[in-house]
Amino acid sequence: MADEAAPRSPQPTTPLKALRAGESGIIAELYGGHGLRSRMLTLGLTPGAAVTVLQNYGHGPLIVRVRDTRVALGRREAEKILVRRER
Amino acid sequence: MSTCHPLQKVSPLPALQERPILVALAGQPNVGKSTLFNLLTGLHQHVGNWPGKTVERKEGDFSFNGVSYRLVDLPGTYSLTANSPEELIAREFILRERPDVVVAVVDAATLERSLYLVAELLPLPAPVVVALNMMDVARQEGIQVEPEVLQAALGVPVIPMSATRGVGVQELLETVERMARGDLPYAPRLPQIRPDHREVLEAIEERIAGYVPGPYSGDWVALKLLEGDPEMTRMAREALPPERWEEVHAILRAHDDAQVAVASGRYEWIGRMVRAAVTRPRIGQIGLTERLDRWATHPFWGLVILAGILGAVFWLTYTVGAPLQGLLETALVRTLAEGARDLLSGAPAWLSGLLADGIIGGAGAVLTFLPILVIFFAAMAFLEDVGYMARAAYVMDGLMHLIGLHGKSFLPLFLGFGCNVPAILGTRVIESRRARLLTILLAPLVPCTARMAVVVFLAPAFFGPAAPLVAWGLVLLSLATLALVGIALNRALFQGRRSAFIMELPLYHLPNGRTIALSVWERSWAFVRKAGTVILAVSVVIWALSTLPGGDVETSVLAQLGKSLEPVGRLMGLDWRLTVALLSSFIAKENSIATMGVLYRTGEEGLADFLAATYSTATALAFLVVQVLFIPCMATVAAIRQETGAWRWTVFSIGLLLGLSLLAGTVTFQVAMLVK
Repeated sequence: MADEAAPRSPQPTTPLKALRAGESGIIAELYGGHGLRSRMLTLGLTPGAAVTVLQNYGHGPLIVRVRDTRVALGRREAEKILVRRER
Repeated sequence: MSTCHPLQKVSPLPALQERPILVALAGQPNVGKSTLFNLLTGLHQHVGNWPGKTVERKEGDFSFNGVSYRLVDLPGTYSLTANSPEELIAREFILRERPDVVVAVVDAATLERSLYLVAELLPLPAPVVVALNMMDVARQEGIQVEPEVLQAALGVPVIPMSATRGVGVQELLETVERMARGDLPYAPRLPQIRPDHREVLEAIEERIAGYVPGPYSGDWVALKLLEGDPEMTRMAREALPPERWEEVHAILRAHDDAQVAVASGRYEWIGRMVRAAVTRPRIGQIGLTERLDRWATHPFWGLVILAGILGAVFWLTYTVGAPLQGLLETALVRTLAEGARDLLSGAPAWLSGLLADGIIGGAGAVLTFLPILVIFFAAMAFLEDVGYMARAAYVMDGLMHLIGLHGKSFLPLFLGFGCNVPAILGTRVIESRRARLLTILLAPLVPCTARMAVVVFLAPAFFGPAAPLVAWGLVLLSLATLALVGIALNRALFQGRRSAFIMELPLYHLPNGRTIALSVWERSWAFVRKAGTVILAVSVVIWALSTLPGGDVETSVLAQLGKSLEPVGRLMGLDWRLTVALLSSFIAKENSIATMGVLYRTGEEGLADFLAATYSTATALAFLVVQVLFIPCMATVAAIRQETGAWRWTVFSIGLLLGLSLLAGTVTFQVAMLVK
């Protein structure tokens, strides 16, 4: 998975909450306390995993799809996940 | 209660044929684990709590092909790191009780994520059989899973099933039996930590070797330490000599990102397991869930849909449940009470009083709310089972934020409109202890049906056509108070901190009648048991206080208490009778009407008109305000004590509501007098 995490072109990372609905990215890094990171990781939000934003209205929690699972997460939590945009 | 242990009596021999096969049922939330549990055990299940925890423990017995099984339902958890009591319970059970087989339920439609728990189960010392559930839902979402390919990759049996349709259950049990007898090869492929952290793991293993107490193994503990598991960290600090612990601790501090390496290692393993077994939908294919969620989780339409659903639940409650409640009250409680009086006419007056007024009038009256609760429970279980509840939590998250909570607290609070007791028990779905405590403290401010019954009874006599307006005003007052108290408590007790909002939105699927029925039965039975024990006992005590010493309410201990509290009551325009009526609402909220009936000797028929002629509008309004916000009924108090596990918070809750209601009542009365 380490090779999956490496970007094909050196893309800058952006917080997940900056992605619009329909956009996808590869998770680069996770911030946040130990407990929050643990919950993100077990739900499949690991570095190298592909996420697609299903819903993001610019306010309120987001819905993302990761590993065939729909995950709802607050904007503050979505700020702590850094991704590299795909396409 | 309803458990039968037929085989335990037969023989204490440990041979497999003589004792039931002990099976632990493990799985993440929303994978259909309860459906499978209910399917296997039916009504032969025992529901209780895990020792010392407020986590539900379910187990049941059944037999199949002449073999007996004991099935223990482990709490549904996403992983086995001790971040929550549920996770700790699940892994401690497997480590200490050593079940013959662990059945790991996974969801075929979200296979990667649900295999994460399997990655944690395989290193534990009990053989695992994977129940590949929801094959039908996966197909509906366009995902194809090949069980044989997955089985070959994992090295453990994989049984495709659809628990809601009863498909695959027979194969599962046959496999479990063969596994328990050791008739099946068992060679699981275990996940490994990401290669860049392998050396760190070995370094820790070396240093803790020889110090790890049973039932834990050294490599497992080392992994858990790297994950930052609080329980294992505490255990290692106690078990290791201080200088050893310092060494280990230094390594752990230098690698605080190791939890990512451990989790990534598991997901890499999962990736290898599913690569050949799963065929994904074509890009652009949109499943049922995504189509429904365009509406159900929309910031505007989602709220409209939620309001519509909740409106329908209320409508059902009041058109079907309330008349049934009234019917039970007149047909059952009064008839029984009169029957008891007639039957005991020769016996001492206190005996018939105890039975008719104390037991039947107290605990019996609480039981009449059962129809309303059953409707509520059924609606909630239905919405939960089809997968809608998570959406309700999602769309309410914004509003709940304002009071320091998040979406998950909304549903327990909503249950409070039916009855505060299930609301408080329902807070178990909230993981964060802080958010859970705050929700428990706020739940009694949701106006329950019993309180609204008093409002509906008294308001028309005092306010005529404006009565519905007053009733709505009281509901809004309660909810506004709830919001303000939420903001204040969150600031004062928790410094405005907020727990993280991250949750799975499960796939929608068709409801399962059996799951819903069992859930309703379980919750209703718990309520009835409570009415038969705690509520019964307190009813008798309050009845005694209202009768002793002379057998007359007006000279009773309760009346004396009311009279001694009259100075406080006067601030709100209440005389001692109204104060006593308020106090008696502690047994059950609607009791204040019955108490007035006794105190004014009118019975309940002429009571409302009599009161309207006796008291001013200001007094009536103040009484209703206090009544709606007053200290929770004893059943709720008992629930608060049980769920917080602390008298401290129970007393705090009572004090808070007492202060709030007296303040609100006084302000209402004084302002109403000024306006008049």
